[in-house]
Amino acid sequence: MSMNSPLVAEQSTVSVIMLKVLGALVPAIAVYVYFFGPAILVSITLASVAALATEAAVLYLRRYPLRVYLLDGSALVTAWLLALSVPPMAPWWMVVVGTVFAILVAKHLYGGLGNNLFNPAMVGFAALMISFPAHMTQWPAPEMLAQTHWSFTQQMDFVFGGMLPADSKLDAVTMATPLDALKTQLHLDREMTDIQSGKIFSTLSGKGTEIIALLYLLGGLFLWQQRIISWHIPLSFLAAMFGTAGLFYLFDSSQYASPLFHIFAGGTMLGAFFIATDYVTSPTTLLGKLIFGAGIGVCAYIIRVFGGYPDGVAFAVLFLNSAVPLIDAYTQPRVFGHARKWFKGSKE
Amino acid sequence: MRTLYPFHGGVHPADHKSESAQLGIAVAPLPQRLVVSLFQHRGSPAKPVVTIGEQVLKGQRIGAAEGMISSSVHAPSSGRITAIELHPAPHHSGLPDLSITLETDGEERWIERQPMDYCAIDPSGLRQHLQDMGVVGLGGAAFPSHVKLNANHLETLVINAAECEPYITCDDMLMRERAAEVVQGIMIAQHAMGARNVLIGIEDNKPLAIASMQAACQGTGMEVVVVPTLYPSGSTKQLIKLLTGKEVPSGGLPTQIGVQCFNVATAYSMHRVANHGEPVISRLVTLTGNVEEARNYEVLIGTPIGELVKLARPKADTTGYIMGGPMMGLPLTDLSVPVVKATNCIIATSKALFPPLPRAMPCIRCTRCAAACPADLQPQELFWFAKSKNFEKAQEYKLFDCIECGCCSYVCPSHIPLVQFYRFAKSEISAQEKDRKAADLARERHEFREFRQEREKLEKAARHAAKAAEAAARAAKTSEGGGDADVDAAAAAKKAAIQAAIERAKAKKAAVKPQNVDDLPPEAQAKIDEIDERRAQAKETAEQTVTAQNTDEGQSA
Ligand code: SF4
Ligand code: SF4
Repeated sequence: MSMNSPLVAEQSTVSVIMLKVLGALVPAIAVYVYFFGPAILVSITLASVAALATEAAVLYLRRYPLRVYLLDGSALVTAWLLALSVPPMAPWWMVVVGTVFAILVAKHLYGGLGNNLFNPAMVGFAALMISFPAHMTQWPAPEMLAQTHWSFTQQMDFVFGGMLPADSKLDAVTMATPLDALKTQLHLDREMTDIQSGKIFSTLSGKGTEIIALLYLLGGLFLWQQRIISWHIPLSFLAAMFGTAGLFYLFDSSQYASPLFHIFAGGTMLGAFFIATDYVTSPTTLLGKLIFGAGIGVCAYIIRVFGGYPDGVAFAVLFLNSAVPLIDAYTQPRVFGHARKWFKGSKE
Repeated sequence: MRTLYPFHGGVHPADHKSESAQLGIAVAPLPQRLVVSLFQHRGSPAKPVVTIGEQVLKGQRIGAAEGMISSSVHAPSSGRITAIELHPAPHHSGLPDLSITLETDGEERWIERQPMDYCAIDPSGLRQHLQDMGVVGLGGAAFPSHVKLNANHLETLVINAAECEPYITCDDMLMRERAAEVVQGIMIAQHAMGARNVLIGIEDNKPLAIASMQAACQGTGMEVVVVPTLYPSGSTKQLIKLLTGKEVPSGGLPTQIGVQCFNVATAYSMHRVANHGEPVISRLVTLTGNVEEARNYEVLIGTPIGELVKLARPKADTTGYIMGGPMMGLPLTDLSVPVVKATNCIIATSKALFPPLPRAMPCIRCTRCAAACPADLQPQELFWFAKSKNFEKAQEYKLFDCIECGCCSYVCPSHIPLVQFYRFAKSEISAQEKDRKAADLARERHEFREFRQEREKLEKAARHAAKAAEAAARAAKTSEGGGDADVDAAAAAKKAAIQAAIERAKAKKAAVKPQNVDDLPPEAQAKIDEIDERRAQAKETAEQTVTAQNTDEGQSA
C-alpha cells in the first residue's frame, strides 16, 4: 500500500479498547464471586472458550486472518456479557448454546465485526430466555441468605451433570431476584413496604446484587474516564429509567418500587454502561445516543414492571437496536458551514 | 482577552517543533540547477516567456500568469535556461509539471527592483502587480493571493500564523526573526481590502513568535490572538471560526461573511514585493525529522529537494521524506522534485518517528472519528458510503465539506485510511459529474433535433390542415358564405400544437440540468480541478487499499 497522509496516528487499537472493557468488568465479577460463589467464573470461562472457538471456526470459513480478529477481543466481550446475564446455576450447555448463537447468528450472519445490527450478547440472552425460561430464573441466593450451602464441587456436579447433592433441593440454593419477588408478591396484593422488608431486599435494591451493580457503575465510570464510552447513553438510560420509575412511584408508592431501586436492580447498571454502549449496535450521533439511551430506559422499565419477563433490559436493548439506523438517519448533526436544520430533508 | 469560538473536534499529535526551532534561519546555498515549475499554484499553469538558451536575471519573469486564477513565476537566480520540459513535481497527483530548468551562474544578478507605493495605486492595480510578482498562499495551498484580495470594506482580516501541523516551524521562525516585515506585509493586505480589524492567530506553543509579533504590532491596531494548540486550528475555516465565531458557508468564500484570511508568510512576501520590488523566488522551508541538524532555511524556489535535504544531514536509518506536515503532507517518492511555493517543510522519516500503522480492521462505529472531525462530519458514515461506492449518499452526508485534515484517520482505533477513501470518493464524483455534463450536452442536442423535427412535422400538418380548411372555407363561401371560424380554429390548433411541443422540450431540458456544479466560486472550482487532477492517482491508491484490505480479509493467517 502506498503511503498517504495522515502518516501518524494514535496507537490505540480495537484490542486495547476491548481489553479495557473486560478490565472494567473485573471488580464487579470479583464481588459476584464473593456474594454468589465461584460458579460464575466457570460460566465466564465456558462462554469465553465457546466464543473464541465459534469465532475461529467462522473466521476460518470466511477466510479471515484468524490471529488479528481473535485478538480484537470483541468475542470475549460478548462472552463475558452473556455469561454475566445467565444464572451461573443454569446447566453448562446453556451458556455455551447462547454464546454460539450470539457469535454465529447475531454477529457473523450479519457480516461480522462492525456489521451486526443487534447486540450479540443480548441476542444470545433472548434466545435462551425464550427457549429455556425456567433455567433462566435459577438465580443463586446470596451466600448469606441461602438455606444450605453447596460446596463448589456440588455446584459443578449440578451445573455439569444436573446432580443434586443428597438431601438438598435446588430451591435451597436459588432464590427469586428482587425484581421477580416484587412482581410475584405484588400480584398477591401485598404492600410495597411489606415486600421490601423481605430478607433479600436491601437499602438500594437486593442484597449482594446492589453491590455488584455499584461496581458495574464504577467500571462504567472508568470506561468513561478512559474515553471509551461517552456519557450520553448511560446517563440518558439511567435518567429515563429513574424518571419513569419516579413518576409511577409518586403516583402510587405502595404499588411501584422507588426509582433508586430500579436503577440498581436487575440488569440496569450492566446494561447502561456495558451493553447499551456497544459501539456497533448503538447510534453514532450524540443526539441519537441520548434518544437511544432514554428509549431503553423507558422500555426496560415498562417491560420489567408490566411485562411477563423478570427483567426488561435485554429486550429493550434489542428493540432499540433495531431503531438505530432510523435514529442515526434522523439525528445527523449540522455540518460546518451549513445552516441549522431541524429535521432531515428540511431546506438549508 | 478576546473570546474564542472553538471549533468541534481536533487532535493533539506530538508536535516535534522544538527540534527545528533551535537555530535561526539560514540561507541555503545556491544550487547549480534550479527547476522552476510553471504550475506552483492553484488554477491554470503559467505560460513560459523565455526560450532555451536565454540568459535570465534573478527575479526576471520566466512564466506569465494565464487567466485570472494563475500566477507568474520568476527566475530565482541569474543564469541560463537549459530546458523547458515536463519534470516530476511534488503534487498529490504525482503528475509532472511543465518546468523551466535554469543553470545558475553564481552571480546572482538581479533585475532592476522597483518598490511601489501601494497606497498610491488603486486596489486592482495592486492585485495585478501581485499576480505579476507571483504571490500565492505560502501556507501550503498556493492559491493565487491577488484573487483573494478582491474584496473591500472587509470587516476582519485574519492572519493565519497558527502553524498547527506538527514538525513545521517556518512560520514560527519567520515571526521570531522578521516580525516587523510581516506586519508591513499585513498592512498591504489590510489596505487593499479596507479591513477594519486585523486578527493574527498564533497557537500558544510559539511564545517567542507571539512576543515578537506583539511587539511589532504595537500601535498598528492589529491584534495578536493566542489560540490553544489544537490541530487543525490553522485550517482557514477553523481559524476563522475560532477567531470570529463565524462559519464560512459551505462551498462559499470567507468574504461572504466579511472575512479574509492570509498566511503569515504570504503577508511577508507581499511586503517583499511591494516594498522591495522582489518577486516570490524563495521561501522558508523547515528541514526536520530524522536528521542531525534540523533547521529552517531560506530556499530558492526550484531547488531540488534531494539536494536540499542534505543540508540537515539525514540519519542513516532514514526511510523516506514527506513534504509538508505528517497530517496532510505528501510522501515524496522522487527526490528530484523541486521546492515549490507550497513547500513549507521536508521531514525525514524513520521507523521510530513514523511507526508503521497496525493493519486496518473493520469500522466498529466507535465514533472517535466523529468526535475529532473539525467539519462536524460523521466520518464513519462517509467511509461506509465511499467504500460501498454509494456516492450519492456520501454527498448527502456532505463529503465535500471534508477538509481532508486527517483527524479521523488519526484517532481511528481500526486504523482505517479514511481520508484516502474520501479522496477517492471525491475524485470519482467529480469525474462522474464531468461525464454527466458531457452526456447532458449530447442529450440536449439530441432533444433539440427531435423537437425541431417534430415542430417541422407539426407545421407541415398544420399547413395541410390550413390549406384543407381554406379550401373547405372557400367551398363553403361559394356555397353559403361566412365560415371564417373554421379557419381560426385550424390556426389555433396549429399554434397550440407547436406551443405544446415547445413546452415539452423546455420541461425536458430543465429536468436534465446538472445541479450542483454550476456557479462555483473560483476557489471551489480550482479545488475541483485539483481533485480532478488527483483523480487517477487517488483512485489507484484507494483501490489498492480496498483490494489490499479485501485480500487481507480473504487470507487466513
Ligand atoms: S474511528 Fe474508525 S472505527 Fe471508529 S467509527 Fe470512525 S471509522 Fe469507525
Ligand atoms: S479528514 Fe474530513 S472527515 Fe476526516 S476529520 Fe478531517 S474533515 Fe472530518
